[in-house]
This record gives sequence, C-alpha cells and structure tokens, in this order.
Amino acid sequence: MHKTQPTVHELLPQLFRLEYAKMTAVLCRHFGLKHIEMAEDLVSETFLKAAENWGLNGIPENPSAWLYTVAKNKTKDQLKRAQLFETKIKAAVQNQDFEPESSFDFSNQNITDSQLAMIFAVCNPENPVEAQICLALQVLCGFSVEEIADAFLSKTETIKKRLLRARAKLRKDRFQMSALTAENISARLDAVLSTLYLLFNEGYFSKSNNQLIRKELCAEAIRLTLLLTESPLTNSSKANALLALMCFQSSRLEARANEAGESVLFEQQDKNLWSKELIEKGNYYLVNACSVEQVSKYHLEAGIAYWHTSPANEQRWGHILQLYNQLILIEYSPATALNRTFAYAKVYGYEQGIRETEQLGLENFKDYHALLGYLYTAIDVEKALSHYQKAIALTRSKTEKKTLAKEVERLKKEFKIH
Amino acid sequence: MKEFVLIFRLDNAASAVKPTPEQMQERMNWLGSIAAQNKLVDKGNTLSTGSARTVKPGNLVTDGPYTEIKEFISGYIIVKTEDIEEAVEMAKANPIFKIGGSIEVREVIKRD
Repeated sequence: MHKTQPTVHELLPQLFRLEYAKMTAVLCRHFGLKHIEMAEDLVSETFLKAAENWGLNGIPENPSAWLYTVAKNKTKDQLKRAQLFETKIKAAVQNQDFEPESSFDFSNQNITDSQLAMIFAVCNPENPVEAQICLALQVLCGFSVEEIADAFLSKTETIKKRLLRARAKLRKDRFQMSALTAENISARLDAVLSTLYLLFNEGYFSKSNNQLIRKELCAEAIRLTLLLTESPLTNSSKANALLALMCFQSSRLEARANEAGESVLFEQQDKNLWSKELIEKGNYYLVNACSVEQVSKYHLEAGIAYWHTSPANEQRWGHILQLYNQLILIEYSPATALNRTFAYAKVYGYEQGIRETEQLGLENFKDYHALLGYLYTAIDVEKALSHYQKAIALTRSKTEKKTLAKEVERLKKEFKIH
Repeated sequence: MKEFVLIFRLDNAASAVKPTPEQMQERMNWLGSIAAQNKLVDKGNTLSTGSARTVKPGNLVTDGPYTEIKEFISGYIIVKTEDIEEAVEMAKANPIFKIGGSIEVREVIKRD
C-alpha cells in the first residue's frame, strides 16, 4: 500500500494547482480585492508549512482539509494582529476593513461562490483582454508567470509587467466580491465569456508547442465555464453555448496531433480518437443553449463544431456554410472568412470556391495561400504548389512549415514535378 | 473606400410569394460573401409590406408602402467599395433578379 502513495514531492504541485486558486478566492472574498496580496501570501505560507510539516510527519489523510484548516488559522492570527494594529496604533481610524469576529469557511459552497465572484473580479472590461487572460491564469488557475509566458510565447518580463498593471487595477476596483449582484453580472458577463473563450482558444490554437500546457489551458477554460453554468445567477444561454463549443473542440484534442506533435488535418484524423463522452456533453449544453431564442457567436460556433463532430452526411457542409454566413455577419475575422470559403467550396465545388477565395483580399495570410493550395490541387497543380510555397514563406510556426512542406513533397512526387 | 447603399426593389407579385429555403440560402450566401470580403458596413433590414403606411400632403395617409412606381423598397444594405463600379458588380451577383426585382446603388454622401 505505502508504495502506491504519492510522495510530498509529487503531491504538492498537484494540490497547489488545484487548491491555490480556490483558497485565494475564498480569502479574497473575505478580505476584499484590495487585500489580494495578503490573501495570496497567506495561501503561499500555508503551502510552505505543508511542505515542511508533511516532509517530517507524512501526508495527512485529507490533504485539502489540512490546508484549509491551516489557512483558516493563519487568517485568524493575521486578523487579530491587524486588529491590534488598528486599535492600538490607528485608534482614530474608524473605517475598518476587517471584522475578525466574522467567520468564514472552506465549504464547497463558499469555494464555488468565491471562485465565481473571482472570475467576475478578474474580467474587468477596463483591463485589456490579454491582461484579463493573464490575470485569469494566475489568480483563477494558479499558473506561474513562467507557465503563462510559455503559453503565450512571451518573455516572462512582459508577462510580469502586464500582470503588475492588471493587479493594480484589480486592487483599486470597487467590485464587491462578497455579494455577486445581478447588475455586476450583467455588466461583466460578456467580458467573462469572451475571456474564457480566448483562454480556451489560446490553448486550442496556441503557437506554443508545449502540448501539456495547451491541454491544461483548455481544461481550465472548461472548468471555469462549467462554474458559470452551475450557478443559477450566471447560467445563461451564451454560457451554455460556449461550454458546448469547448466540449466539441476538446473532443478532438487527442486526434489533432500525432506522436511527434505535428498537427493532423481534420480530414485525416482518426475518428476513433475523438472523445464520445465530450461530444455527448457538447450536445447536452448545446440543447440547453438553444432553449431560448438567442443567437450569439458562441451558438453559431458551437453549431459549426457540432456538424464537424457529427457523422459525415451530404447536408453537413450546407449547414456549416449557413452558420458561417451568420457568423461572419456578427463578427468579421480573416479566419472566419477563410473557413466560410472552405465550406462554400465543399458545397459548390472547388472552382467556385477558388473564385470566392480570391475575392477575400487576404494575400498576406498564410491560411489564404494554404486554402488556395488545397483547392487548386486537383485543378492546377502548378498554382497549388506556388500557393503552398507562399504559405510556407508566411508561416512562423515550425510544425506548420513542416506539414505544408510534406504536402508540397507529396504533390511533386505524385505529379512528377522537380 | 466609399460607402454605397444597395436598395432592393420588388414588385407586388414577387413580394407576395414566400422565399423558398433555397432562395434564402442564396441570399445568405450573397450577403456572407460580401461580409467575408470585409466590405459590409450594415447588413440592413427587411422592410415590412404589411405594417406600412404612406403619408402624403394634406394629411392623407394610405395603407401600404409607396407604390406609385409599381415597385417598392423591400430592403437595403450598406457596403464599402473602391468605387461605384465595384458596388454595381456586387449587386449583379444578387439573386433578386431571378424573381424580377431590381437594385438601386447610391453613394452615401458623408456630411462633415
């Protein structure tokens, strides 16, 4: 039995990722956002104590409960000291922030409520979106600065500066974590959804080659969106649509990359590797999302992802095209324009698709040339090759260069071009 | 880039027929194609023929849209293109001509 038990060395990092953000959220809700650093210090000290104590005495039976108790005691001490300071030294100051008598706990309900409140605190529309995502990763997901930098392919210094500015705003924010009000929710829900959407995309389409981090980003985005759908306050149609989208996309995570870490194109993916469980979950949330008459970009993207995971049938691309037609009316982006055109080519044939693509005016985008390379392959192989070469020249990702170069080699071999 | 309003006109007979799903798809493809070129300024709206009144001098109000010219406006969109020729080319691809409609292309004069 003892051999299968994890060592302190193995267990602590796991627990840290799991519990750090939860405990910080609970303490922050108790103290107010102004004192987020104090909350983080208390939680860090708790983990430090665990490292010392567990190394000597062994791992307690319920490690999370142990952490909660220590954090709670440390907080009480801290508040006593603070009160002493307030009463003895700053007796004249009436405005006290803390109420040492008031109690708090690490019950499941309080953890959930605190995390939910923290999501809304972090997603302050006054912060730039990148800053919101960094802050979410640090405060809500317990990522280190290095891990965030790795996910964004940025320098740690850049991330540190970004976080510093975002945290200053967080402390000054008058946002009340103690009671999440309907006004607060409606004012920030769109920002929250957008941040979680981008957090997921950062993992799903990330430039980083670190597969582990990418999967963790996706998992964290799902965990936080799930929190939204589980609370009656925030369980909106859009949140369900977003969660459906994440489930559908995640169902293909295992099939999208081969063992060498190279991306596998959709049509070449081994469908047996798709997670049926996640597809079913996606269906469930998509049905929930469609219970009211509302169409957001999350609904449309979830619909598109649904058709991608459904078994092949002739109608599929027609449906996907119509969804893209609606999506591009809501929000233009080069990626949506190109994806729409791909669907168009699938419905109306590649020659029509080429005409449609060449109107897009996206000559500086690698995906534009990759798409034309694909569409020209059976029609004019010389043109296909020239577009693939342009795509290779425009892409900065090594794995993508490799995938495209492979296709060029294949075509040259097949058509005997040197 | 200049902005142009495309004004869709239909005659009474054509407007009475509900569009088929295929016709709807064609319309959406046309609109989606303009949006995919990032040249759609406003996707406009469809104008009701039922809930419509025409107000004339002398407090004269008649039911229905303005039909003195046999056709009436069924909707509009706003696009941005280099010149009016490009806007006209866009209009030519619209499926409205299959049901006897027409499109008026008018440049938007911007007030300073």
